[in-house]
Amino acid sequence: MCTYRTSIIEIEASAKGPRGWIKTDRASIYFDHPVDAPALHTLNIDFMNLAKAPSDRVAIEMNPESARQLALAILETLEQDSLVELV
Amino acid sequence: MDSITADTISIKGHGGDTLEAYLATPLGQGSFGGVVVIHHMPGYDRPTKEITRRFAAEGYIAICPNLYSREAPGADPDDAAARVRALGGVPDDRLVGDVKGAIDYMKSLPISNGKVATIGYCSGGRQSFLAACSLELDCAVDCYGAFVVGTPPEGMPLKVGPIVHLTPNLSCPLLGLFGAEDQYPTPEQVDELEAKLKENGKKYEFHRYEGAGHAFFSTDRPSFRPEAAKDGWEKIFDFFGRYLANS
Repeated sequence: MCTYRTSIIEIEASAKGPRGWIKTDRASIYFDHPVDAPALHTLNIDFMNLAKAPSDRVAIEMNPESARQLALAILETLEQDSLVELV
Repeated sequence: MDSITADTISIKGHGGDTLEAYLATPLGQGSFGGVVVIHHMPGYDRPTKEITRRFAAEGYIAICPNLYSREAPGADPDDAAARVRALGGVPDDRLVGDVKGAIDYMKSLPISNGKVATIGYCSGGRQSFLAACSLELDCAVDCYGAFVVGTPPEGMPLKVGPIVHLTPNLSCPLLGLFGAEDQYPTPEQVDELEAKLKENGKKYEFHRYEGAGHAFFSTDRPSFRPEAAKDGWEKIFDFFGRYLANS
């Protein structure tokens, strides 16, 4: 635990939290201790907006293999040429 | 003998800021040593409060300041931890000021015997060492604190850097409890810290547990190692018994 390994990026995204949709402006991506997942380390992502309350957050804790599959699936989906013009 | 009282209070921390803190005290007559419990990166959470109560049950005043009080007052511990991580973590000077505030509060209590220690787990282990190098304490405990020695990955947005160079300023005996299979800190980093303590003539005790990695005290995590944790608790209470007892 406490690897501290963290990246923080600015994003434009909406995420659905317990109180509805949140316009999020950053994501913290870190490989560190999970709060809930039964593992020593997980790949964690917090989608948040610092102008909103700390509880306005969408969080995920994934095992590393799941996280890799997610990342690859995102890239694969975005890299289909025909989609670029739809943004 | 293990009757206690525990409550959420307000204390003054770094810069005179008001902080939430969890205070547990023994009931009964007498005066007691004090322990500042420095919570781990996941925050001011239930397991840390359980630890705080355990110290009170063993006859110590124990206080755990919520280091995330400023950024996320009243938030759930996991939301507070996420917010503070996104903002870059807890600066070292602020941590020292907050621990000092907790110490001042404990010493002001009529039941204080004037002696104080810090103990911290994970990131709190590093911060316990930092406090012991920055404040006058009677003893301190570092439970597997990473980056006392060693450099965090380049470009990392968190305000965490090595502090082993502060060793000459260590004000008190240090107890270190480490898992032999830990990677944060690695056994080599623990060796480096030990060498620096020796070089500076500091009083310390290190115990390394085979078969244990990081966070072996955490009963609610897969890293829990009952034998190491049981022995670790005994080492802590033996240590506090020597350095926090009434004069």
